[in-house]
Amino acid sequence: MSHAVVSRIREPLITGNKSYHDITEDLVGPTEKAPGLSWVIALMISLGFLSLGVFCILWTIWFGIGAWNLNRTIGWGWDITNFVWWIGIGHAGTLISAILLLFRQKWRTGVNRAAEAMTIFAVLCAALFPGIHVGRMWVVFFFFPYPNTRGPLWVNFNSPLLWDLFAISTYFTVSLLFWYTGLVPDFATVRDRAKGIRKKIYNFLSFGWTGSAKHWQRWEYLSLVLAGIATPLVLSVHTIVSFDFATSVIPGWHTTIFPPYFVAGAIFSGFAMVLTLMLITRKVLHLEDYITIEHIESMNKVILATGSIVGVAYLTELFVAWYSQYPYEQFAFFNRALGPYYWSYWGMMACNVITPQLFWSRKIRRSIFLTFLLSIVVNIGMWFERFVIIATTLARDYLPSSWSYYVPTWVEIGIFLGTMGIFFTLYLIFTRVAPVVAIAEIKAILKTGGDQYVGPNAPEHGHHDHSHAHAGGDDHKHEHTDDHHGLHGGDDKGIDPKLGGAGTIAPLVSTPKEKLQDSAGYDASRNYTGSKDDLTKIEGIGTKVQGLLNDAGIFTWLQLSRAEESFIKTVLEKAGGVYASMKPGTWAKQAEMAHEGKWDALKKWQDELDGGV
Amino acid sequence: MVSKNREVLYGLYNDEEELLDAIKVANKDHLEIMDVFTPFPVHGLDPLLGLKESRLHQAGFVYGAIGTLTAFLFMSWVFTRDWPVIFGGKPYWSVPAFIPITFELTVLFCAIGMVVTFYVVCGLGPGVTSPYLDPRITDDKFCIAFQTNDNSTSEIDNLRNFFRTTGASEVNTKVI
Repeated sequence: MSHAVVSRIREPLITGNKSYHDITEDLVGPTEKAPGLSWVIALMISLGFLSLGVFCILWTIWFGIGAWNLNRTIGWGWDITNFVWWIGIGHAGTLISAILLLFRQKWRTGVNRAAEAMTIFAVLCAALFPGIHVGRMWVVFFFFPYPNTRGPLWVNFNSPLLWDLFAISTYFTVSLLFWYTGLVPDFATVRDRAKGIRKKIYNFLSFGWTGSAKHWQRWEYLSLVLAGIATPLVLSVHTIVSFDFATSVIPGWHTTIFPPYFVAGAIFSGFAMVLTLMLITRKVLHLEDYITIEHIESMNKVILATGSIVGVAYLTELFVAWYSQYPYEQFAFFNRALGPYYWSYWGMMACNVITPQLFWSRKIRRSIFLTFLLSIVVNIGMWFERFVIIATTLARDYLPSSWSYYVPTWVEIGIFLGTMGIFFTLYLIFTRVAPVVAIAEIKAILKTGGDQYVGPNAPEHGHHDHSHAHAGGDDHKHEHTDDHHGLHGGDDKGIDPKLGGAGTIAPLVSTPKEKLQDSAGYDASRNYTGSKDDLTKIEGIGTKVQGLLNDAGIFTWLQLSRAEESFIKTVLEKAGGVYASMKPGTWAKQAEMAHEGKWDALKKWQDELDGGV
Repeated sequence: MVSKNREVLYGLYNDEEELLDAIKVANKDHLEIMDVFTPFPVHGLDPLLGLKESRLHQAGFVYGAIGTLTAFLFMSWVFTRDWPVIFGGKPYWSVPAFIPITFELTVLFCAIGMVVTFYVVCGLGPGVTSPYLDPRITDDKFCIAFQTNDNSTSEIDNLRNFFRTTGASEVNTKVI
């Protein structure tokens, strides 16, 4: 893989000409900076909802399930609707991590960490409902088959409601393990940059990770096997949830289409929620280079596919209801479309069938605003779908004398809003505490997905090496100075040169062999003997500043282009006076252009700059 | 987990290609690498270092099999021997109904077992503080480390020379 030729046609997955260090900076940065105002406000709002939820749950426990409007014959209302909705949302995370890993879709690395986190939080919210809807929440441990003194009285292993328990517990545990396994190396990255109490915390969280080759080998195996078992797991979980309905005898529920229909619907709503969260996250945390339009478009394609499956399932249900000539089944669908809940049915149809079809248009798929809007619409539609399945069917089943109507109480609505609060609170905390994008995995795909290697904009002369500033002298004759113009014969790393009409493609790696500091460009009495460039050509640098930079070991444009801004700032601050307040933000870029000989572009840019700022 | 007071001579590289080339040179010169540290898994590294395939997935299979048997046999015992109950007119030993839970427990045991095994075998865990060589290894540096406790000065010079010729950007020593 090291000398792979990568396609010019393929779109890059990481833009912005990133180096490994850039990736670390960009992705760990949000955990190190203080949160912005928008984060604080969002957290306050979700904590508000969370408190409302806690209050309503306590109210339910205190006053009993009578505080809800569940009654005959509607034994399941908003509680189970929300339960299935949240579980469905959780499915996207596992799908992105596990199934896309097995399909070797590299674009998953931009979103998998956040999607997995989302899965865990969603499953937490979902698991709340079976817990509290039983009424006697304080004996909810009866669900677990533990040896007891009541016989021992066992649970009913034949019931889908119990299969749910095992499925969701397993799903939660496996997702948590999978997510955390991936996080350990990333926490190590944060640890190594942290100081003080943060360092202690991340040291604990990173489990002592060192980056040893053998550990990485095992880590990759573990990830692969976890992905392999998580795939049938995620399919089985929502299948089992669908069995809650499908194994009953209620018309409209007792159909074999439910398992694949529910799974497709879960993936559908899950991806929509991932998009909703990711579009906001990438904007706020400035991660547009890692979660590109390609990622968004790919996710929209999945939404299109699964939304179409869901749409086809709806039509199949209608067809089979007619074809079976079974009056109760037929009535179930008449009731949905024309009965007292017709508004939820048509809302569902509009949101789930019509809106995903809009993603056939490439323009819409690649439009951030429309994607955001449609992702919310999809989630609303999927909520309606579960409501339609549960409430409308239960409201009017076999016996007309038992027909009723269900409206939620404020307590139920409050609990639902509370779960939204839990979810967003946990997600907001996650974005502050952990890297939102999988750092190690992104680095691993940089060479095959970064825009300096892949795609129509990949420059002909290979990548820029953004390593730390070093005193790169000239004893190595032509090797160093040519490193940006890639096509030096002797150093070619064996890339196939005959691709396309754009001339030879430079080696993917044209890193100069950096020499040891003790032999680079200095003679025995520590006098610099390497080449020097006129740094005053950079706007913002006069002769005095050039002198300061020379003293710090920066002589050439190449070195200046590689120097970190913080390093230059330190040099300036040490000099004090007027130099301490200079802003060297553009110097590196200017120096890069100077080194590459892009004088016209540099001049144009300098015309726009004012004193180098 | 490993012995303390190892004197380590390590070199840092800026790119995984350089790292792989350096390891090839080390193999040619029969230098015994103590360990290699990278910020992300580098493909092609394992065969170069002679790392054997991990047996983690075999362990995973065993754990999963334990889960299957546990689930299936337990449910079968409960509903045939311990307290048989007729549910919906189905037979006591209703195998199709046992399948979902059996599958879930297979996956659960496999996942938990493999993850715990992984941490134990690697010597990682909550609160473990492995001494690491350089904080930039988890950022963007690739490291080859040699243990030099019993090496003579000429051997150490040989190693330093190796780092010089393969293009390491830094060479340092540390005791971990």
